[in-house]
Amino acid sequence: MLKKSNLILVTLGITLFTFLPNCKKGAATATLASDAASRVYVAPGEKDEVYAFLSGGFSGQMSVYGIPSARLFKIIPVFSVFPENGYGFDEETKDMLKTTHGYVPWDDSHHVEASMTDGKQDGRWMFLNANNTPRLARIDLKSFETKEILEIPNTSGNHASPFATENTEYLMAATRFSVPVPQASVPIDSFSKGGFKGTVTMVKVDKNTGRLSVELQVLVPGFNYDLSHCGKKKSHDWCFFSSYNSEQAHKMLEVGASKKDKDFILAFNWVRAKECKDQGKAYNFGGDYVNNFKEENKPAVSTRLSGVKMLNPKDCPGMMYYMPTPKSPHGTDVDSTGEYIVGGGKLASVIPVHSFSKMMEVKDKKEHHSTEIEGIPVLKYESTLAGEVKKPCLGPLHTEFDGQGYAYTSCFVSSEVVKWKLGTWEVVQHLPAYYSVGHLSIVGGSSTEPYGKYLIAMNKITKDRYLPVGMELPQSAQLYDISSGKAELLSDFPTVGEPHYSQMIPAKLIMDKTAKLFPLEENKHPYATKSENDARIVKLGNTTHIYMTAIRSHFKPDIIEARTGETLYFHVTNLEQDYDIPHGFAIGGAPNMTNLLIMPGETRTFKWVAPKPGIYPFYCTDFCSALHQEMQQYIRVSP
Amino acid sequence: MMIGLLSFLTIIACGGEKTEESPASNAGSKGIGPVKSVTLGTLDQAMADRGKKQFEAKCAACHKFEEKVVGPALQDVTLRRTPEWIMNMILNPIEMTQKDPIGQELLGEHLTQMTFQNVKEEEAREILEYFRKMDLK
Ligand SMILES: [Cu+2]
Repeated sequence: MLKKSNLILVTLGITLFTFLPNCKKGAATATLASDAASRVYVAPGEKDEVYAFLSGGFSGQMSVYGIPSARLFKIIPVFSVFPENGYGFDEETKDMLKTTHGYVPWDDSHHVEASMTDGKQDGRWMFLNANNTPRLARIDLKSFETKEILEIPNTSGNHASPFATENTEYLMAATRFSVPVPQASVPIDSFSKGGFKGTVTMVKVDKNTGRLSVELQVLVPGFNYDLSHCGKKKSHDWCFFSSYNSEQAHKMLEVGASKKDKDFILAFNWVRAKECKDQGKAYNFGGDYVNNFKEENKPAVSTRLSGVKMLNPKDCPGMMYYMPTPKSPHGTDVDSTGEYIVGGGKLASVIPVHSFSKMMEVKDKKEHHSTEIEGIPVLKYESTLAGEVKKPCLGPLHTEFDGQGYAYTSCFVSSEVVKWKLGTWEVVQHLPAYYSVGHLSIVGGSSTEPYGKYLIAMNKITKDRYLPVGMELPQSAQLYDISSGKAELLSDFPTVGEPHYSQMIPAKLIMDKTAKLFPLEENKHPYATKSENDARIVKLGNTTHIYMTAIRSHFKPDIIEARTGETLYFHVTNLEQDYDIPHGFAIGGAPNMTNLLIMPGETRTFKWVAPKPGIYPFYCTDFCSALHQEMQQYIRVSP
Repeated sequence: MMIGLLSFLTIIACGGEKTEESPASNAGSKGIGPVKSVTLGTLDQAMADRGKKQFEAKCAACHKFEEKVVGPALQDVTLRRTPEWIMNMILNPIEMTQKDPIGQELLGEHLTQMTFQNVKEEEAREILEYFRKMDLK
């Protein structure tokens, strides 16, 4: 039970630290490495050492930075429309944002996950979750484009997602906002009577193509599942999910969900789950969902799917165990050896570390069980405990590993990163963070072989750090060099949206494999025009297809005639076969459509309903050559 | 892209600084690129036909034979330039416009960087054969 005085203390802590930043300015420079500027300086023409992929939080996107320079290279649109290049608007990509709720052009993306082979980053794909309208996305690291989005059925608030198994066999997704499963209108207080449920979803990743599919769902007690990380090496078969609100409170959660001293980390044996499914222990369950797939140079194909295989924990003994973990845990992180499972209890005064070997030893021994919840044995806290980091900081959240035997934990309330030693559990360094740090990321820090060297902390508050820009200030990430015994702050930089988590990858794993263009010969778009000779206008009743080409510095055909109300599809193929020469396409005053950026060898479609009579210009928006301004023409609309 | 363009017009992106070469005698120049020597035989019709296809897909958007469009008119190009120079211009247009005196002059005149259209050496040879055929007319 939480003592009232503790609660007051925590509240006081939050209040204190919320106001403290205003007077903390001096500390910022005090801890900066003295040669920090030269260590983040990347000379003109030189390349960064590391790619950082940051989730965009409420922007719904993913951003790509170079580390150590912290230069922003790209924003990859994933769950939100992107007028800059037409993502979510054109005929090719608008179906990427289809869901069972209809077209959802925004989301809240929290966690970036890198694909791995044998526990090591392989530089093939990034995965990103959509929290609000539960979805998972796969981003291809050849083209840095979103290739697939899969909706997750029978869940709400897809927060503990998308965490990959060691070999990217599966991505895990678990429910944050428990709801009736299947959905139903019930009194909200039935939550407290067990009427709400969560699910853990295993999303299969095809190892050659990356294609995503729902393999299995497990119906779990209606707690809030917050984060996950999967095992490595000896713990390969397991994934671990943190949960809060095991009280199943449904109002005033900040009090109601903090009553118990401990919530749980759910240990899930996914290999066992698959085994039970294969033995026929899962049953057919409903749930509609949508899979959107965008093949290179083809319009996205959106497929509506129905039904999943559902498994109840009681029908699959040995699949799930709860490990009590103090208190409202956020992070659950597995170290590089696969032995330690570190909890981050937002309201805990210790960082609890569970031992995988101990868990294996005791999990099926009754004397180590305290109780059982809906068929899931609850292990005794002490039985799996490897150790506790005592009084590390206030509000420990999330831990990453450097592969050298050290762990780094972010502390939200006391705005710092603590470095501590695995095995001895002693804190060796406190690093101030400015301010209210959420997740951390070390290069390769969630793989079996961290590259280490850099750590970034993703902070929520930046008051007094940057030039003020009105009431909403940017969030920030702070870069530390962790290559020597003592971690040092190098720089901080504003970020896009509110970054929650990041994956950092050594540049050499990706940079030479990136695509430079789409080979025209391989363009399989049904409306591609591969030669200027084939450019043409095809009228079909009130619909007109314009097979258009773009090359420095003209479009063909360049004079278009239309009638008011006629629907025109401009299928524009960029004929360039030269790196870094996209062309743009925009029509003056076009409603419902934005700009298109068409990459070399690519075809994209601009849909336009001819408005009232007049002359409408269209033009290239991406400065392409000395005659770029001349890359313009007209559409005449007659009554 | 604006910045990219500016650097093209001044020093030109990745090639470093201009080399001081005298543009004196260009006539026999083989240009700069992978093609060092080409032996021409009698016109190979089949090869010229393949070259025509390539040309129409990858070059015709910017070149006509009889008049200048984006790039220069191509009639009689095989009389004006060596076969090596023509192929190197197709295969290595950026370096050619940076360093080859004729290439530099042509960029100054037409002001649009010729693009490398992902043409393979063998295909460039076919295009050259097509140019030869056109010049026989
Ligand atoms: Cu253009």
